[in-house]
Amino acid sequence: MNRLVYFPGCALKDQAQGYEAATLAAVQALGYAVQELPRWNCCGTVYALAQDDLMRHVGPVRNLIRAQEQGATELLTLCAMCYNTLSRSALFVRNPENLRRINAFMDEEEDYRGGVRVLHLVQWLAEIGPERLARAANPGLQGLRIGAYYGCTLLRPKEVAVDHPEKPEIMEGILAALGAEPVLFPERVECCGAYLAVTRPEAVRLRVGSILLSAAHHGAELVVTACPLCHFNLRERRPLGAPRLPVAYLGEVLAWALGTQPIPEEIARTVGVRR
Amino acid sequence: MAAELRLSRENLNAPFVRKVEELSGQNVFACYQCGKCSASCLFAEHMDLLPNQVVRLVQLGDEGVMGARAPWVCAACLACSVRCPRGVDVARIMEALRQLGLRRGLTPVELRLTPDLPQIALVGAMRKVTP
Repeated sequence: MNRLVYFPGCALKDQAQGYEAATLAAVQALGYAVQELPRWNCCGTVYALAQDDLMRHVGPVRNLIRAQEQGATELLTLCAMCYNTLSRSALFVRNPENLRRINAFMDEEEDYRGGVRVLHLVQWLAEIGPERLARAANPGLQGLRIGAYYGCTLLRPKEVAVDHPEKPEIMEGILAALGAEPVLFPERVECCGAYLAVTRPEAVRLRVGSILLSAAHHGAELVVTACPLCHFNLRERRPLGAPRLPVAYLGEVLAWALGTQPIPEEIARTVGVRR
Repeated sequence: MAAELRLSRENLNAPFVRKVEELSGQNVFACYQCGKCSASCLFAEHMDLLPNQVVRLVQLGDEGVMGARAPWVCAACLACSVRCPRGVDVARIMEALRQLGLRRGLTPVELRLTPDLPQIALVGAMRKVTP
């Protein structure tokens, strides 16, 4: 069985436990043994944009060293924000001078040698390939009209984007292979407000309203995301009168399609009613 | 911000401009004020200055921009940065202004904590708007 080393991050051990359980079971059903990264620490959540914030790279790079210690060349993330910070720090230390400076901050760890590729579930599924996903999809998603909501951190900056930052199709390809009918909507690449939930909840509500309306107007019956912060905002920070669209994680939808988890009744009903 | 614009060579070379350039790693003078960043910004409606106006004031060496609300409204979504036709990473300029403010002891943002907020939101906000 192929082995995958996996970095969870805070959300997967807290509000997104369902996402973790559903995804890991589905990934195993696809023939991979998942091993959680030992002694992982916080990814930093948001990437530091200031030039002199070197300390902010130490945490992410320490995680890359833990993966290196496991002999891994790839590190799987399910959280879009972890993917973003870890892959940007991995990029930062591709510069030998930056690598030297960050390694100088490490104490008990061995030096990072730069050979770990951080990849998100979305990329992993795309690399598995649509044929293999389609073969494994039983019962499949039965034509469910799904709007894939990318948000920011899977697409920006360009250097770590999982696909074209303005016209991504990677999640749509996965959903189609799993038997869904992907729905494109203009707000799918626009920010949900992220951590402004802490400082400007009213701004987040306005964004969430626009996103859900955009998805609903284009015919989505379900919105799928791979980011725990988007998931929180889209569900818990809805303005009054927002469309009552359900929101699920990509890994949950994967589990429904592969039959490792039953399709929730409200979603099954949506498909049933339409037929 | 100054009520009138004073254009002078001294302002263009002001230590403030150098500091923002140093911290952001950006050439602020690459900006030609097309406004694409402001058109892309989903939070501009909550700002007192549009993102392109923030960059303009930095170009002019106007330290008053430090008192603006705009950088603190920015969610670092990077829509401006990926769309800038001049390759200016506007989000990095916003972060530089936040950092300059935080390092001078400014904390203009009120945290509106509720028990349901997940760590991912709390850590994100803490790292962007608190010292």
